[in-house]
Parts: sequence; C-alpha cells; structure tokens
Amino acid sequence: MFTSLNLKALFLSIIILIFGLGVWELATPAVKSAGELTEYEKLVGAADQKARVPPPSAIIVRAWEELSNPIYDNGPNDKGIGIQIGYSLFRVLSGYFMAALIAIPVGFLIGMSPLAYKAFDPFIQVLRPISPLAWMPLALFIIKDSQASAIFVIFICSIWPMLINTAFGVAGVRKDWVNVARTHELDSLRTALIVILPAAAPTILTGMRISIGIAWLVIVAAEMLVGGTGIGYYVWNEWNNLDLTSVIFSILVIGVVGMLLDAAFAWVQRSVQYQE
Amino acid sequence: MTDKPFLEVDSLTKRYPSPDGGAPLTVFEDINFDIDKGEFVCIIGHSGCGKSTIMNVLSGLDSPTSGGVTMDGKELSGPSLDRGVVFQNYSLLPWLSALKNVIFGVKARYPEWSKEKVREHSYHYLELVGLVNGAEHRKPSQLSGGMRQRVSIARAFAIQPKLLLLDEPFGALDALTRGTIQDELIRIWSGSDQTVFMITHDVDEAILLADRVLLMTNGPFAQVAESVAIDIPRPRSRADIIHHDGYYKIRNHLVEFLAKRSKDLARGSDASEETNNGPQKPKVVRPALNTPSSSETESIVPPNLMKIKG
Repeated sequence: MFTSLNLKALFLSIIILIFGLGVWELATPAVKSAGELTEYEKLVGAADQKARVPPPSAIIVRAWEELSNPIYDNGPNDKGIGIQIGYSLFRVLSGYFMAALIAIPVGFLIGMSPLAYKAFDPFIQVLRPISPLAWMPLALFIIKDSQASAIFVIFICSIWPMLINTAFGVAGVRKDWVNVARTHELDSLRTALIVILPAAAPTILTGMRISIGIAWLVIVAAEMLVGGTGIGYYVWNEWNNLDLTSVIFSILVIGVVGMLLDAAFAWVQRSVQYQE
Repeated sequence: MTDKPFLEVDSLTKRYPSPDGGAPLTVFEDINFDIDKGEFVCIIGHSGCGKSTIMNVLSGLDSPTSGGVTMDGKELSGPSLDRGVVFQNYSLLPWLSALKNVIFGVKARYPEWSKEKVREHSYHYLELVGLVNGAEHRKPSQLSGGMRQRVSIARAFAIQPKLLLLDEPFGALDALTRGTIQDELIRIWSGSDQTVFMITHDVDEAILLADRVLLMTNGPFAQVAESVAIDIPRPRSRADIIHHDGYYKIRNHLVEFLAKRSKDLARGSDASEETNNGPQKPKVVRPALNTPSSSETESIVPPNLMKIKG
C-alpha cells in the first residue's frame, strides 16, 4: 500500500516534469542565426530577439558541461560550479555554526530563567525582524572585509530561530523530568546535559533546520552584494554575461543544494526525536 | 521511648498564600506520624486533603510552611537519593530505553561503579519486575502502562533508597494489571528491608500491601486522624486475604471513614483551637483485633510499638 502510493506519486511527478519541460521547450523556439533571416525579417527587427529564455534542452546540455567538470579555476570570471558552491557552503556553515555556538547556550539560559527570558525578550523582538542584508553596510564598515561580512550576515540571520527555539524548548521541558533529575540529585550542569538537552533536542533541531534554510536563502543575496566568489556571485556574473542558460542552471543548483542541506538536518532531527 | 523512630513527621503544616491577598489556604495543619524501618505505610484520603503535598515534602520537591521531617536522625531538606520516588505518571525519560532509564538512576546513585556493574545491577532489578527478554531495550512509548510503571518501580528499588515513596503508582492502570503489579511489588518488598510510604485511593490495595494505613480527614485543615493497623499475617495474597477474619472488619472501618467520618472530622475553616497542644499522634485503631466500639482504648499505645511484619 505504502510503496504503491510512493510509486504512483513518483510516476505522477515524472509526468508533471515531462509535461512542464515540454511546454517550456515548445514555448521557446530555436533562434535562427542571422544568415537564415530574410531581408524582411531583418527589417522588422527579428534579429533583436536573440536573447530569450533558453529552452530546457539547452540547460540540460549546459548542466552536463558544468557538472562533468565542476572544479576548475580560470580566474575570477570563470570558476567551476563546484568551487562556487564550495565557497558558499563554507560561508554558510561557518556563519551558521558560530551562531549555533552562541544561540544554543544563550537560549538555554533564557529558557531556564524566567528573569533572563523577560530581560532578553525586547532585544530579540526588535533585532529578529531586521533583514539580515540591512546589517551589511555596518558589517563592511566595522569588519572591513567583504568575506567576513558575508559570514557575519549569515551569522546574524541564523541566530534568531535557533535562539528562540532553544529557549522555547528548554522552557517547555516537562516538570516531571526535571523532578526526576532533582530526586536523583543531579547538579545543574548534569540536569542540563542529561535531562533538559535531550528533552529539548527536537525543538532545538527544528530551530536549527529553520536557520540553515534561511542562511541558504540569504547567502545568495549576500554574495550578489559582496561579489568575488560563491553561487550568488555566479548567478549575478552570468546575468552580466547575458548567459541566461547558466543563470537558470545555477538557480536549479541552488535549489538542489538547499534541499540536501534541509534533508541532512531532517535526518539529524529524526535521530533525536522521541515519542512521549 | 529511648530510640527515635526511623522517620518522624513533626507538626507539618502547609499553607498557600491566597491569590487575592486574603487569608491563606491551609491545606493541612499539624500533621504528626512516624514510620518504622522496614514498615509499609499507606495513606488514604479524599482529593484535596494534601496527600500529594505530604509526599512532595517527603521527597524534598516541596517544602512545608512549618514543621519538619526527620529521617534516620537527620532533618530532611531538598531531594535526595536516600528517598526514591515512583510517580503516578511513571516519569520515565522517553528518549531512553527501559534499561537506560534504570541505569540513569543507578549511575546517579553509585557514580563510582564501573559501567558493567551499573548495567548488571540495573538489569537485575528489571529482571525482578519481569521486564527482560527484549523489553528492556524498548523505549517507554513502546511499553504498556503497566510495563512503564514496572520500569519506574525497578528504577526506584535499584537505587536502594532508605525510604521509597510511591505516589498513587497504580492509579492509571486497569484493575487486572494493577493486581499483577501489586503482587510483584509485595514480592520485591518482602525480599528487602525497604521502608515504603505510599499514597493510594484504593482501600483493598492498602489492606493488601500495608502494615499500617493512615487516614486523612478532608481538607482544608486536613489532619491524619487515625492510624489503622492491618493485623493480617504475611505473606498475603489477593486471593487468600479476603478469607481472613479481620479483612472485612478493616475494610469496613476504612470505607466507613472515607464515606462518612473523613467529612465529620474535617475541621474546615473554624479550626485551630487545639493546634498548640504539642504533637498529636494519630489515634491507633486495630479493627481486625477489636470490635469497633473498643478501639478507643487502644489509642494510648504509640504507633511505633505496633509494628508487625510477617
């Protein structure tokens, strides 16, 4: 029953894919080269229509070219897709884990102490809705390094969901389990590590999963701003090169990498999930 | 009396401040009773009489407004591994397997033990409650209510506390499961010199398990009114106990108390004319040995001379 449902869904997905690509392909007829144009067509300006959304077949060809040689470096304007993704992942993960390093302990503190919760709350509420890119000028001025500023932007956008979810998860740990820790004479550190951390882990992981998703969304915009390397820069650079085939290809790559990141965190989340 | 009882509850009072600043709510006042070493004592009373609060004071999770508890010559303060607790809702850690839940307790109790010793000790206690052969590796969510409570009991016995506190441990279980686990509890307890204090709502359960049953009047201003000795020889079993001569005398006494006298004896809010008369030990009653009318004369015997354990 379950597998047959999965099979049906897979079958349907493939049909949707073929249908979608087919419509797209048909809607973008091949461009005639200038030599094939009649005098009349040249006069009415048909030659100007060269730049148009490329058909899926062209993108598949480009994807094959790029993915078969992902790691090469021919200078700032021509790097393999693997290298660009690598730069982006490095920035995302370093900013993200720095945020985790701060957000989880502080979230613990806020979750365990009602006083800290009330004291931190106004700051969190004001800082949280700020678009991470709004920090960019300030970060560039203070840090004076565009790479580090991009990492800072990732840091600042990842910190809030992790902080809030950790505080929420820790504050919501069932009183019974804390009482079990108390009747077993566990000190505060052990209570935090042996009882509260595993009890709050699913909620914390939910926050971490939201954060990694946001970080991956933000890195593209941040790299468009700071430039140099990374998948965001790559998209913008190909736009400047008027190479829409590569733009669409990199959009798809961004989607696939984001999906893999999310799947990795979903896997970790499942491993700490428990049933009451 | 030269030697002090093992556990002495002295003038225990709990008041909660009223939310609107009026007179505080007194749950119970001037509670006094003793428990001897190795004794199994049940406490029965209606909801709201503060049984659970007494339990929480004994476990150290709550503190009384005034009065105190002395165990083994030491004043209690805060939770301790000397007192093991079995909660009504099991309170197992759901991310740990049954065995690891017991190991959690044993590790806290004996941090100096080796890993193998901790595991062996924990496994032994799971064996005592019949939870081995695969069940020990299951998470609490994969166990039935009865099995969960067995794990909880194993965890409490495994830390070998001086005093075991059971807070309505079978309240959430169906009658058949309850019977089985009562038998297991009494079997494990008989093989130990464990002192047990247990809350229950179930009169038959109290008669089956206890050496003595404390009866509480209704709250507010609840008190321990009587200490009823269960003069039925051990080992007891659920099937045989009902044929004992004293069984129905005791049972009728308890039921009559709960149905009628717990209300009549309740002092309500017009209390406290006799609160400063020093510690008032509850009246001792032995329904199985006496006719109810003569039970008054027994009240001069202090409860700690009355211990019987078969």
